[in-house]
Amino acid sequence: MDERGAEAIFREALAGGRFLIQRCESCGAAVFPPRLLCPACGAADPSFREASGRGRVYSVTIVRSRRAGDHNLVLVDLEEGARVMSRVVGIADEEVRIGMAVQGFVGELDGRPALLFRPAEDGR
Amino acid sequence: MSRELRGRAAIVGVAQCRLGEAPGMEAIEILAEAATLALADAGLSLREVDGLFTCSSFHYMPALTVAEYLGIRPRFSEGTVLGGSSFVHYLLPALLALETRQCEVALVCYGSNQRTAGGRLVTMSEPQPFEAPYGPRYPISSYALAAARHMHEFGTTREQLAEVAVAARQWAMRNPEAFRREPLTIAEVLASPMVSDPLSVLDCCLVTDGGGAVVLVRAERAADHPKPPVYLLGCATAHWHRGILQMPDLTVTAATESGQRAFAMAGLGPGEMDVVELYDAFTINTILFLEDLGFCPKGEGGRFVEGGAIAPGGRLPVNTNGGGLSCVHPGMYGIFLVIEAVRQLRGEAGARQVEGAVTALVHGNGGVLSSQSTAVLGTAAAL
Repeated sequence: MDERGAEAIFREALAGGRFLIQRCESCGAAVFPPRLLCPACGAADPSFREASGRGRVYSVTIVRSRRAGDHNLVLVDLEEGARVMSRVVGIADEEVRIGMAVQGFVGELDGRPALLFRPAEDGR
Repeated sequence: MSRELRGRAAIVGVAQCRLGEAPGMEAIEILAEAATLALADAGLSLREVDGLFTCSSFHYMPALTVAEYLGIRPRFSEGTVLGGSSFVHYLLPALLALETRQCEVALVCYGSNQRTAGGRLVTMSEPQPFEAPYGPRYPISSYALAAARHMHEFGTTREQLAEVAVAARQWAMRNPEAFRREPLTIAEVLASPMVSDPLSVLDCCLVTDGGGAVVLVRAERAADHPKPPVYLLGCATAHWHRGILQMPDLTVTAATESGQRAFAMAGLGPGEMDVVELYDAFTINTILFLEDLGFCPKGEGGRFVEGGAIAPGGRLPVNTNGGGLSCVHPGMYGIFLVIEAVRQLRGEAGARQVEGAVTALVHGNGGVLSSQSTAVLGTAAAL
């Protein structure tokens, strides 16, 4: 029995290169960010599993910064049903489109492990 | 049940002060000045205030700081922080406290010197751990994500967003208290620098100083005050998320729920509102709230505002003071929505007066489209 909270479990997995989401055993809802309960039905202890990383861009903005440079910021709907905030790398910010198929991977942002996305190779 | 509360409390005093730039003034001093002016407007003194409703980004325990400064010992205090909508939200706890005789005179107040104190939004907001690593600009990037999604789903255009800013400016040009009063065109909004696409500098609210206060009493004694009372006909708050990541549908806000409940309490609908004051922190807000409050169908907000439809002389008077976009936005704007609605209903709005206004819709927003508070106000003729 893991006595730690959901966020510690999530962070440890992320540091090891795995992106976890939760699924509620009672109602089947996908749960993210990590929690001790299911916000859809209130049941305790949604179970962790590794996410496929497959998803589609739900929305996108380009954050403009004269100091730090521009970067894109996306919300991605994962195949499993959860939504995450991230960035799409490997293409120009202006090329990131709503509805675009993307593939997640654990990379690094400002020296810390972070879930990032690149365009899905098969485009589906 | 809430229908029984319709018209049971009234606003008998309002004031705003130091809109724009207030060099040499502390936030608490601006608040105190607004409170004093609103009480004078109500024909009351500070000694009579026994209900306090306030919050701020300047004070960790706002109700304590404000009560201490004003020298009042409230029997009832409320300082729930819902963001900028808080001051619209407070109308409901003020109504409940008055109705249950927990207090006799309710003072809602706010003051901020964020422009002269630093020139940017003052916030005590903690970083959102599942958003912050990706570098959103708080709060604009969240609103930009909502705007981008609205454009994708419904074909809303940047020109339509710009219509909102231009309409607000046209109202502001009729308001001597507004901070930005020079003419503005759609082309100028489109040409202004991007901050978080698709929102540009001119899609964003102002950063100003300013204070405001509102005084409420039970309706039965409302006629004892110098100014015509404005009755609280309906009010409700709803919130469904905190961070934009957990907003289920970025094109539908909890205003759908708060609006429905406030209208139900008032026994009125959007078609019966003479004046509409919506929290326009960004141009997309006005479009979303026109839809969510039922002034037009979902997705039609962009087309609804085209052709000066919400500007002076248009089909629906919206944000008649110039709004957060052109009049005043000192971090939290909610109280100014209430003040402008009251002035319109009293017929005090000068060159921007909506003739014969009897009802007004006030809608506050807080966080990142997170908290939504709606109020329906009316003159005695609306009772």
